[in-house]
Amino acid sequence: MKVLTNYFKSLFLLELFRGLSVTGRYLFRKKFTVMYPEEKAPVSPRFRGLHALRRYPSGEERCIACKLCEATCPALAITIEAEPRDDGSRRTTRYDIDLFKCIYCGYCQEACPVDAIVETRIYEYHFENRGENIMTKEKLLAVGDKHEAQLAADIDAQANYR
Amino acid sequence: MEFLISLWEALPSELQYLIWTVIKIVVIVGPMMLAVAYFTYAERKIIGYMQVRIGPNRVGPKGWLQPIADALKLMFKEIVIPANANKLLFLIAPAITLGPALAAWAVFPFDEELVLADINAGLLYILALTSIGVYGVIIAGWASNSKYAFLGAMRSAAQIVSYEIAMGFALVGVLVAAGSLNLGEIIKAQQGGFFSWFWLPLLPLFGVYVISGVAETNRAPFDVAEGESEIVAGFHVEYSGMTFAVFFLAEYANIILISALTAVMFMGGWLSPFQGWPVLGALFDWVPGFVWLVIKTGFFMFLFLWLRATFPRYRYDQIMRLGWKVFIPITIVWIAVVGLAVVYQVPWWFD
Repeated sequence: MKVLTNYFKSLFLLELFRGLSVTGRYLFRKKFTVMYPEEKAPVSPRFRGLHALRRYPSGEERCIACKLCEATCPALAITIEAEPRDDGSRRTTRYDIDLFKCIYCGYCQEACPVDAIVETRIYEYHFENRGENIMTKEKLLAVGDKHEAQLAADIDAQANYR
Repeated sequence: MEFLISLWEALPSELQYLIWTVIKIVVIVGPMMLAVAYFTYAERKIIGYMQVRIGPNRVGPKGWLQPIADALKLMFKEIVIPANANKLLFLIAPAITLGPALAAWAVFPFDEELVLADINAGLLYILALTSIGVYGVIIAGWASNSKYAFLGAMRSAAQIVSYEIAMGFALVGVLVAAGSLNLGEIIKAQQGGFFSWFWLPLLPLFGVYVISGVAETNRAPFDVAEGESEIVAGFHVEYSGMTFAVFFLAEYANIILISALTAVMFMGGWLSPFQGWPVLGALFDWVPGFVWLVIKTGFFMFLFLWLRATFPRYRYDQIMRLGWKVFIPITIVWIAVVGLAVVYQVPWWFD
């Protein structure tokens, strides 16, 4: 009996018509498309985009050259060199992130004991020449200075989960 | 104006005939090409909508210029001829695919009197021409000197030949019912409103014809000849630029042709669906037959896109099973039924 019903089901294409009715209904559904350049999808505070180095409100850079980020980086994208500064405090002389190597895992941000290196919400950037893919210390600090308010807010927003 | 008329009359009558025929061909092929272009746009839009996205909308208002942009892009691209390819066959194959798809329109009745060549063997002519299309595919696959193209060609040859039989049988049913090979006569045999059309008495043949039509044009879910996920693009993997565009045109021209033929064979061509009905019949009398034909053809064209958006690709052996072990028996049985119905003049269609 089951064989017979299955036979007639397939002969009269019943399940195919059910499939057609599904796509037929979806034809009139509301569309999800985001009109990208004019309209942007919402971004989470935990979004991991372009990197930045932050400063304290006093203007002093946070990074203390502990090299935990360099050690934890699975893609070996971070290169740090450090020397004592004139006032005796430990600071980096070189802090490079190769964005071609970086996999945006966010481990550097997790490892950082002083919230210095962070990944921002910025996802629209590009390179036009060789070498631009290396984010130097100056560039990272510049990004951090520019977006400090947003970065602080984002870190506050996820403080409970850390 | 008078000068032009005298110039026209000075021409020998053979030349006049030739010019007239060329003009008629241009009048048919020009709108065809436009229809093909916008059918590709409709395809992208409709499949997009069925996938809950909106499709192309950037080129021109609402993306209406998208097909034009696509055509221009393809025209300016380089035509790459693979090393060791058979150059002549490689270049002639797209033309062989496109030619029949356009030539078949010669016998197609657009309205009661509107037909380029009103020949009595119209149906045979169309069957013959639609079968030629497969040569283009096979030649393309062979001449490309590429294994994927060759695989695609083999698959498509086997598939099209199998479904050609079922399709031919389905049309045999139509011509038994209509008693004529002339497409105009076939339409006239379906006089009398929606329920007198052949789709109802020939329902199994109608289904077989539509599905074989999809298989015949190598469209999803029967697109193993292209099979982009397994053999890249099948028979046209080596084609680029304008040669590829011609294959593309041919595919869509074939879809339009098959849809239009379905409308003629089973859906009463240019007949009004309300013909002879009490109130609606008179209400829709003013609509020209051509409009009905376009509506019906449009429905079947939409069906092609709908099927593509819905079904995954058939496995190759399933395609063969469906063609040989399901469709051909169904058509043979139903031809016998139709034959008996015609001989004994069974009401309501054959009395």
